[in-house]
Amino acid sequence: MEEALFFVAAIGALAGAAGVVALRNAFYGVLALIVHLFSLAALFLLLNSAFVAAAQVVVYAGAVMVLYVFVVAYVGDAAEPAWEPIPGQRLLAPLLALALFVELSVAVLSSSLLALGGEGPDVEPGFGDPAAIGTLLLEKFLLPFEASSLLLLLAAVGAVVLAAHRRREEGGRAAAPAGERGEVAAR
Amino acid sequence: MSMEWYVVLSALLFTTGAAGILVRRSPLVILLCLELMLNAGNLALIAFSRMVGNQEGQVFALVVMVVAACEVVIGLGLIVALFRRRLPLDVDELRELRG
Repeated sequence: MEEALFFVAAIGALAGAAGVVALRNAFYGVLALIVHLFSLAALFLLLNSAFVAAAQVVVYAGAVMVLYVFVVAYVGDAAEPAWEPIPGQRLLAPLLALALFVELSVAVLSSSLLALGGEGPDVEPGFGDPAAIGTLLLEKFLLPFEASSLLLLLAAVGAVVLAAHRRREEGGRAAAPAGERGEVAAR
Repeated sequence: MSMEWYVVLSALLFTTGAAGILVRRSPLVILLCLELMLNAGNLALIAFSRMVGNQEGQVFALVVMVVAACEVVIGLGLIVALFRRRLPLDVDELRELRG
């Protein structure tokens, strides 16, 4: 049973990842990433980490992906040009990626981690539930927890600065539209 | 299920994300591929956490998720700023800091 669930979730995760890379339309790419994230949440559940799986679905597949969908809808789908600026990029990139996979697999499987072959130790029923993770976060990892909240605040302020920056310039731009347009054309 | 499977799957997902970053040129898709790589790292962290029988790896994975959310917010803000300046959304053309 567990094997079957693992293979279903693994195929879902791989198909989602392949869809993100291969699909031309960025909107479909976002949808493929959502499939990938749900499959990963199933894998997390198989690994006895219920809280991380729930956070993955709620935060990632819920909130972050909605942000992506909004930006894709706002920016529109810019078709990638057919010509290649770097000759042989389409050919070379998969070869380099394959080399990376071989290297990672050799590094992991030839390591002396004996526990890699097993299923891990038996864990008590409370392993990875919200109470256990919350205790760890607020006791042992209090400083990283607060630092990550500061990071989130900084990111929110930075996004507002980046996205709202234009409005002031647009006021100046309405006064001299010809010059700005000429500059854009020169680019 | 043996832990090797999870770790090899994580390596495969990471490789897929890296290949996407090498091949694609739209900054939006490159951000999506970055997400793939971060999630592959998360899967490895959680597999190792289960392998050792210690929950601290799951806290690491949560922090990685926070960092990924910050990266997405800043990246999407940059893309919106690029779009408003009518710059091309193509990483090969955006090669100068002061274009």
